[in-house]
Amino acid sequence: MNVAVTKDKLKPADFASDQEVRWCPGCGDYAILKAVQRTLPDIDTPKENYVFVSGIGCSSRFPYYMSTYGFHTIHGRAPAFATGIKIANPELDVWMVTGDGDGFSIGGNHMLHVLRRNVNMQILLCNNEIYGLTKGQYSPTSGVGLRTPSSPDGSVDTPLKPLVFTLGAGARFAARGYDTQKTLPDILKRAHAHKGTSMVEILQNCIVYNDAVFDNVLARDVAAEKQLHVEHGKPMIFGAEKNKGIRLNTQSLTLEAVTIGENGVTEADILVHDETNRSLATLIADMDGHDLPAAFGVIYCNPTATYEDGITEKLEAAKANGKPSLDALLRQGHTWEA
Amino acid sequence: MNELKIKTDPALRKEVSSVVIRFAGDSGDGIQITGSRFTDTTALAGNDLATFPDFPAEIRAPVGTTFGVSAFQINFGSRRIETAGDDPDVLVALNPAALMVNLARLKPGGMIIIDSGAFTDRNLKKAGYLENPLEDASLEAYTVLDINITKLVLEAVKEFGLSQKEGLRCKNFWVLGLVYWIYGRDRSDTVDWLRRKFAKRPDIADANIAALNAGNIYGEASEIGGLTQLYAIPAAVMPHGLYRTVTGGEALAWGLVAGAELANLKIFFGSYPITPASPVLHALARMKQFGVKTFQAEDEIAAICSAIGASYAGSLGITSSSGPGIALKGEAIGLAISTELPLIIVNSQRAGPSTGLPTKTEQSDLYQAVYGRNGDAPLVVLATHGPSDCFEVAIEACRLATKYMTPVMLLTDGYIGNAAEPWLIPNVADREAFPKAFETNAEGFEPYNRDPDTLARHWAVPGTPGLEHRIGGIEKEDGSGNISYEPANHQRMTDLRRDKILNIANDIPEQAVENGETSGKLAIVGWGSTYGPISRAVDTKLAEGKEVSHIHLRHIWPLPRNLGDLLRGFDRVIVPEMNDGQLKTVLRDQYLIDAQPLTKVTGQPFKISEIERAIDAALEN
Repeated sequence: MNVAVTKDKLKPADFASDQEVRWCPGCGDYAILKAVQRTLPDIDTPKENYVFVSGIGCSSRFPYYMSTYGFHTIHGRAPAFATGIKIANPELDVWMVTGDGDGFSIGGNHMLHVLRRNVNMQILLCNNEIYGLTKGQYSPTSGVGLRTPSSPDGSVDTPLKPLVFTLGAGARFAARGYDTQKTLPDILKRAHAHKGTSMVEILQNCIVYNDAVFDNVLARDVAAEKQLHVEHGKPMIFGAEKNKGIRLNTQSLTLEAVTIGENGVTEADILVHDETNRSLATLIADMDGHDLPAAFGVIYCNPTATYEDGITEKLEAAKANGKPSLDALLRQGHTWEA
Repeated sequence: MNELKIKTDPALRKEVSSVVIRFAGDSGDGIQITGSRFTDTTALAGNDLATFPDFPAEIRAPVGTTFGVSAFQINFGSRRIETAGDDPDVLVALNPAALMVNLARLKPGGMIIIDSGAFTDRNLKKAGYLENPLEDASLEAYTVLDINITKLVLEAVKEFGLSQKEGLRCKNFWVLGLVYWIYGRDRSDTVDWLRRKFAKRPDIADANIAALNAGNIYGEASEIGGLTQLYAIPAAVMPHGLYRTVTGGEALAWGLVAGAELANLKIFFGSYPITPASPVLHALARMKQFGVKTFQAEDEIAAICSAIGASYAGSLGITSSSGPGIALKGEAIGLAISTELPLIIVNSQRAGPSTGLPTKTEQSDLYQAVYGRNGDAPLVVLATHGPSDCFEVAIEACRLATKYMTPVMLLTDGYIGNAAEPWLIPNVADREAFPKAFETNAEGFEPYNRDPDTLARHWAVPGTPGLEHRIGGIEKEDGSGNISYEPANHQRMTDLRRDKILNIANDIPEQAVENGETSGKLAIVGWGSTYGPISRAVDTKLAEGKEVSHIHLRHIWPLPRNLGDLLRGFDRVIVPEMNDGQLKTVLRDQYLIDAQPLTKVTGQPFKISEIERAIDAALEN
């Protein structure tokens, strides 16, 4: 098979499997699937090298709908499978699809370790702040007070912020998008271009169990005021009038929203996004659309050596003295003739 | 080095065919090092041997306490040695706690070598002695060499300028030097080892060598004083060839590397540290030159999942743990069964349940291995019976896992993993290879296409053009591998998974009888590390003219195809196990035979005498 020719011909539809997609009508996962299928033709990877790995949950059905290699594994453990795949064959282009329950509740430990190890792969976190496949219980990202079958009086759990966790774990790439975002493929391409673990949190609407949960940020009428689309080297400006910005309060080391032209604020006061600055990334990853707008785009990208590079390096060093013989090894050290 | 040669006239030495020595001391006394040095020297002298390291779970339990006692038992001789020995002939007790814990095991009239310098009021109290046993009549039944080793070793190492603490850490080599004298053993291998071990601290090496020599010279002097008998143990008659000593952990690691080479696959070994399984991880982590990739995962679940991921990607995925860790891996094992990927799960069993006794041996994970998963989830279960056997069983695990695209659980235990024995070194290059081929032909490919003979599905690995497919833990349609909730399909897939494993019985040797006739009054059926004591006990009873046979299982699941008929040929079947009767239950279930249990769960191996008594009792009735 001539890979180069094939690649030129591939279209989004070439990445769709023959299986009927079985998410609920209106589920945000449809849009995410389309975004991924629109992304891959633009990436320079032979189709047979893509591997989609998932755990358990609605979004974890994702690999079945792709025509690439796919492994639908067990609940929460996708990072471990993906790590094994990547160590075994670093040439493979591994994409992991998970949800807020799969990735951050039952799989929280594995998520922590894949992020700190910096295995070269993409993690698409479909965050809908609910357990969908088990019929609507609150998840580790659900808001306090959410009434669900398992929290009829309202959840008392403090929600986890996936990107703050990601940066805390030492990951080198963190980005956020939302399911129907037109520019989601651009974010996915950035995630793929980054060598190392790339975490993309995708706000995903669960139309059945948690509909409109992100409306405080995504609803058309508030979007301009509640979304900050960050870009490396550009000031963090938002608002319908493009006159609002994010400023660092140097006394409290917290961020605040200010209006340019009010109270003596000028554009020079507005923070400029530096995606290589982890402190800044942590502050803007924490913004959640309540007091401050939620940040979208590449929040942090600061590559370093990948985990499998380290393993390969040690392996090559050990092999530097030529091909060994097991029979010779067994005869090393103390031996005697009988 | 002439001064290291033994000067005593060999005629002064009493020739014996085997000896059991138990070295015991505080866990900080270097008892395990002493034991392993004695083991190497004994092997080089041409004796057969078996060892039993018996140490506490605590790395450094409070000094001088009974629960901090570490011991190393070795049985060596000029005859075939099958076990580490029931009762020691010689006990080395470097402190009162070591004497307190181990005295009851010593043979009547046995020898005790005691460091009287450690028998201080404080140490005696910590060990629970109300009176100093060296000063009352409690040791009258034994030959006691009470020597102030503490004082003598400090004198011996004085010139090296060590601290008192460092000096006292040479005590183990002083006593080793003395024991070498008693058994007429050469010190040069131990001297070489010390020079290598402490290459960066020559002062420590010199001090330990001085202690070794001082202990040896003390023996020579005391022999002149007529304090003790000296012994000679001639070399054992063993099959010709090149030997080395090997522990179960080493043999297992090497067997896995050999098996992967024979399968033409690369090893991926995902593991999480756990006692007593970690030595396999340690051994493989040093074999990168063979392309072995080891991954210390964040937990037991990640360890097996990474191994399954690696198998999915075309490596031979292997994971290793002990009972509690295997329990955590259960769900993932089910996925490997469902996705029909090769996988080896090494279970170094330890006493359970829960954390149990981490450093004590047991065989109580047989149910877990055969049955311990949700759903009908069959896999292959193999059991190794001793250190060098680990090599063979590891290769068999690689063969079956790859040929049949199935998880294989390999049962070993803490005793086998840590014990050492002489090993006739095999030649891997002469072994019959079993290369595994990946599917590469896209024509008519479906992920659950099967080989009609083995029922193994074809293995297409990511990176192969045209074979892109999806697999997972949801029930799949045979052939296409698509998700299927079809009732008849689930029945069919369950049957296929069962039949694939049961069919392996046609690809393994028929069960042989280790010793004795193939039918008769009594069969002793064992598996795993009971091999040694059963083997010796049956051998002894056969020599007495008793009608008894020894059958030892390597293939636990599926069982050998002739096993039912074989067992029905005996009037009685006894199954000695270090558990509450697990294989016994499986045999009853599979063959409706009246297999009788002989169980022991003390954390200690069976004694030969315990099996002998069971044989006598069965034959009397």
